[in-house]
Amino acid sequence: MKYVMFICTPVGGTELSPEEIADDPAFTPYIDHVRASGVVKGGARLRPGADATTVRVRDGEVLLSDGPFVESKEYVAGFDIIEVADLDEAVALASRHPAALGGGSVEVRPVWE
Amino acid sequence: MNGAGGTGGVEEAVAAAFREEWGQVVATLIGVTGDWDLAEECAQDAFAQALDRWRRDGVPRRPGAWLTTTARRRALDVLRRRAVGAAKLREVAVLARDERAPDPYDPDDGDVVDDRLRLIFTCCHPALPIEARVALTLRTLAGLSTPEIARAFLVPEPTMAQRLVRAKRKIRNAGIPYRVPPAHLLPERTTGVLGVVYLLFNEGYAATSGADLVRANLCAEAVRLARVLARLMPDEPEVLGLLALLLLHHARRDTRADAAGELVTLEDQDRTAWERSEVDEGTALLENALRRGRPGPYQIQAAIAACHMTAPTAKDTDWADVAALYGELARLVPSAVVRLNRAVAVGMAEGPEAGLALVAELERSGELAEYHLLPATRADLLRRLDRTEEAAEAYGTALDLVENDAERRFLERRLAECLRAGAAPPEGGRRGTARPDGP
Repeated sequence: MKYVMFICTPVGGTELSPEEIADDPAFTPYIDHVRASGVVKGGARLRPGADATTVRVRDGEVLLSDGPFVESKEYVAGFDIIEVADLDEAVALASRHPAALGGGSVEVRPVWE
Repeated sequence: MNGAGGTGGVEEAVAAAFREEWGQVVATLIGVTGDWDLAEECAQDAFAQALDRWRRDGVPRRPGAWLTTTARRRALDVLRRRAVGAAKLREVAVLARDERAPDPYDPDDGDVVDDRLRLIFTCCHPALPIEARVALTLRTLAGLSTPEIARAFLVPEPTMAQRLVRAKRKIRNAGIPYRVPPAHLLPERTTGVLGVVYLLFNEGYAATSGADLVRANLCAEAVRLARVLARLMPDEPEVLGLLALLLLHHARRDTRADAAGELVTLEDQDRTAWERSEVDEGTALLENALRRGRPGPYQIQAAIAACHMTAPTAKDTDWADVAALYGELARLVPSAVVRLNRAVAVGMAEGPEAGLALVAELERSGELAEYHLLPATRADLLRRLDRTEEAAEAYGTALDLVENDAERRFLERRLAECLRAGAAPPEGGRRGTARPDGP
């Protein structure tokens, strides 16, 4: 089954660039595991919510607003698309993620296929 | 075929088969079709057919096998009618081939994993909300109807129906596997399953009055499920410990309230009216579990219950043992309620003063500030020290917090005793506006 793991981190935390993540010892075991297992099919580290632009169209008018579509205590910092057998395997992977281990959370959503 | 007696005999046989076999039939059908709704539908259909066919042909030698085969054939028919594409037809072919699969009812087929175990681990998967786990277990494994479950949990029927639909949908859509978890997940998941059965029992146990009979029936269901688990996992000491614990509590069911529905404390219960066979079974199970040398919270709680229940009179209770067991339990389960129970036991073993010291510690921690049994315990210890004035005040505090009617009346009786002994009535708080019993 395909799942997307949304990597959520607390607002106001340290923002690590993809390069910094690659060098961060906290991420090393996770990255090694992901490489070895080959279950990650794609994904991205996203720029902070402050750089987001939210688009709505109302009555033919394009409305833009600065920031994410919903303000909350956590925001989506990135996502991974994974392919595993079932939810147990997805949860096992999510629970190794540094965000889940270190104050954030990982939302596991099945892909609608 | 057994020649069944009259019509009543067949109805009884079907009812008995329903209690014994429903979970197995549904579990097998889910395993074969992967479709929870279809499995329930076909199981229901098989039981309906049994009423007719058994009346005509007699009750089969193995009712469970008859029901599973009938339900499986029905599923096959439904799937054939639904099948449109080649892929679907292949699925049906797999299903048809499974007709010749090993027979789970054959005692020689020892290594076949019981489908009910798969079913209960899936129903109790931690990705489902706890209310859904409980409801789904009752529906699919125990065979309770949606209205029955709704009544037992005091929620409207559509709410319960919705809860079941959502849970089944999540199992399918989120890819919750239909299986017994692998070894590295098993201890944690087993604890989760036991937690659901224990919660079920507690729901029923909290109900004491006649109007709550449906809820009280949950205790019997929980015992039945614990029995199934103990049969399926006979080497897990905590599984045996849970069944022992439930049996030891359940054995006292007829003595916990008097004819008027008033609460009777353990001390005052009629010990001759305890279900002796269940007490014996519970203590034997506990011994069997403890011999394995892997104690856990359920075994310790069962050991505490056994201390109470094997004492010939309340006075003979070995409170030092009970206090020591609560001490051990508190080490395994960091819970303020367990520490409160320990305070009660210490109060009995070493005297009310020692108990009061532990109660005071809990009061300082502020953990049980809203729990009526904290002031109620203080009140009882003070009462035993003849400090009726302070006891009355503590009973007043407990009455402000209590939610269950039977417990409220019990506390009111105790307060009245203090007042008769000359205590001044406590300052009235929120009394009289207390919420009715229930979630």
